[in-house]
Amino acid sequence: MPETSVRNFNINFGPQHPAAHGVLRLVLELDGEVVDRVDPHIGLLHRGTEKLIEHKTYLQAVPYLDRLDYCAPMNQEHAFALAAERLLGIEVPKRGQLIRVLYSEIGRIMSHILNVTTQALDVGALTPPLWGFVEREKLMVFYERASGSRMHAAYFRPGGVHQDLPQKLVEDIGKWIDPFLKSLDDLDALLTGNRIFKQRNVDIGTVSLADAWAWGFSGVMVRGSGAAWDLRKSQPYECYPEMDFDIPIGKNGDCFDRYLVRMEEMRQSAKIMRQCVDLLLGKEGTGPVSNLDGKVVPPKRQAMKRSMEALIHHFKLYTEGYRVPAGEVYAAVEAPKGEFGVYLVSDGTNKPYRCKLRAPGFAHLQAMDFLCRGHMLADVTAVLGSLDIVFGEVDR
Amino acid sequence: MSQSLNELSTYLGEKLIGRVNNAVLAYGELTVSVEAGDLIEVATFLRDDQRCQFISIIDVCGADYPSRARRFDVVYHLLSPKQNLRIRIKVQADEETMVPSLTAVYPGADWFERETYDLYGVLFSGHPDLRRILTDYGFEGHPLRKDFPLTGFVEVRYDDEAKRVIYEPVELKQEFRNFDFLSPWEGTDYVLPGDEKAKTN
Repeated sequence: MPETSVRNFNINFGPQHPAAHGVLRLVLELDGEVVDRVDPHIGLLHRGTEKLIEHKTYLQAVPYLDRLDYCAPMNQEHAFALAAERLLGIEVPKRGQLIRVLYSEIGRIMSHILNVTTQALDVGALTPPLWGFVEREKLMVFYERASGSRMHAAYFRPGGVHQDLPQKLVEDIGKWIDPFLKSLDDLDALLTGNRIFKQRNVDIGTVSLADAWAWGFSGVMVRGSGAAWDLRKSQPYECYPEMDFDIPIGKNGDCFDRYLVRMEEMRQSAKIMRQCVDLLLGKEGTGPVSNLDGKVVPPKRQAMKRSMEALIHHFKLYTEGYRVPAGEVYAAVEAPKGEFGVYLVSDGTNKPYRCKLRAPGFAHLQAMDFLCRGHMLADVTAVLGSLDIVFGEVDR
Repeated sequence: MSQSLNELSTYLGEKLIGRVNNAVLAYGELTVSVEAGDLIEVATFLRDDQRCQFISIIDVCGADYPSRARRFDVVYHLLSPKQNLRIRIKVQADEETMVPSLTAVYPGADWFERETYDLYGVLFSGHPDLRRILTDYGFEGHPLRKDFPLTGFVEVRYDDEAKRVIYEPVELKQEFRNFDFLSPWEGTDYVLPGDEKAKTN
């Protein structure tokens, strides 16, 4: 038999590749079909969000947060609002908190639906995304009816939420939950027992819990490895302590467990949404939706037309903004993809001195080399799909 | 939370005498300042000690204070899931100081340190692969420094003659305007235009 020369291959995966979930360029070093080394090149979507925020007032900074993880925009705003509120020392009224929790969970379902179904798409199933997007579209309509925008909502603002929800909208969200659980069961029946889906995901990209912590993982990535760690329970914010929900965890820390955790989390989110809807429609859920401190939250438009005081505040708050006391805080929320944190440094003026956005996807993506080494080329897409990467937040 | 952070602060003061410069508890968060030389030791202690168990690295980032002698802060956020506590470590640095890399203690520090290097120009010693990460291939400068203009220095466009994307100096149709909306009645640190004479006598 003649001797053939064997050499390693270098492959560029992306930046234009449907399974790269955006503009990711992976430089893969292959030995046959086995991955030897993965070098992710990111930054193709870098927009300098942190620099831009340093040049904007606190209110003007809010829309930039929407553009990070654009699969669940309001969860990002939430972290920023919490950070600013902690520096300002203001509280959000009960109704505002309920609306925030309701919309955070809507965001979680939106993001998980997209991730679970595209993970299936990455390993070859075309139907799940078509089914999933039907429900996702309805959720985006709820976003639009609350904020006027399907994605870039700018709805959670420091002090509360921008506008009150109409009664009809809350009722419609309540009516959406049961049919959604039905279609989630359909999706479950389509995927969970599927032989091909299992073959592609079980025992792929396994992470031990110790590794998960050391690599800075959070959210589903540590829960899939068996830690019952969820910021909504362990370091609760807003009215999460009053909500009744469970934290699903995985056993093996592989791609399939992460998929199962996401599926169950959607059911738990639906459960939280149901409680929020009931509370919002009940007696407890009446009252203002944002803080009544006129020095932080701008007055409503009707008030502005009639009261001189309100007119002055309206003008001042939309031009100068408010001054935030000097200091630094780190506020984190359990975003769908993991722990999304905002490290906010204020120097006492109307603009943040430094605003570092801690994106969960950034920490997850850096472990690609660690996760994929020794796997086959085809497994790279499965691992990438289960990491739940969105380039808006990784590149910032 | 604040109670246990207080205890932790005293405990660290006892165990790490001379290594922790000062510990501040503000807004329910604990911040300790550390010299660059002691960083590895402090981080290893925080990770391995039974009462700390800060096994997860959440974030590493820089911050720029140009008026200081050592202008950069490198800020580390650690999380202890067992104790359910967070801690912030601050290290001061300048353009020349080497900050020891934490990649040996936490593998997850890798990209965060690359990002800090990319955006601020803080150098890390012992990092396996200190390349730029977020900015363009061949980018010059460190964009998050306070003296780096928001508009940047170069812009790109596709050149039809050269048949490739080319870099050119930024050309603004209108000068970048940074409006100062701070209320002049609440103590500006500069003289208002037109008020120069009023202050002289």
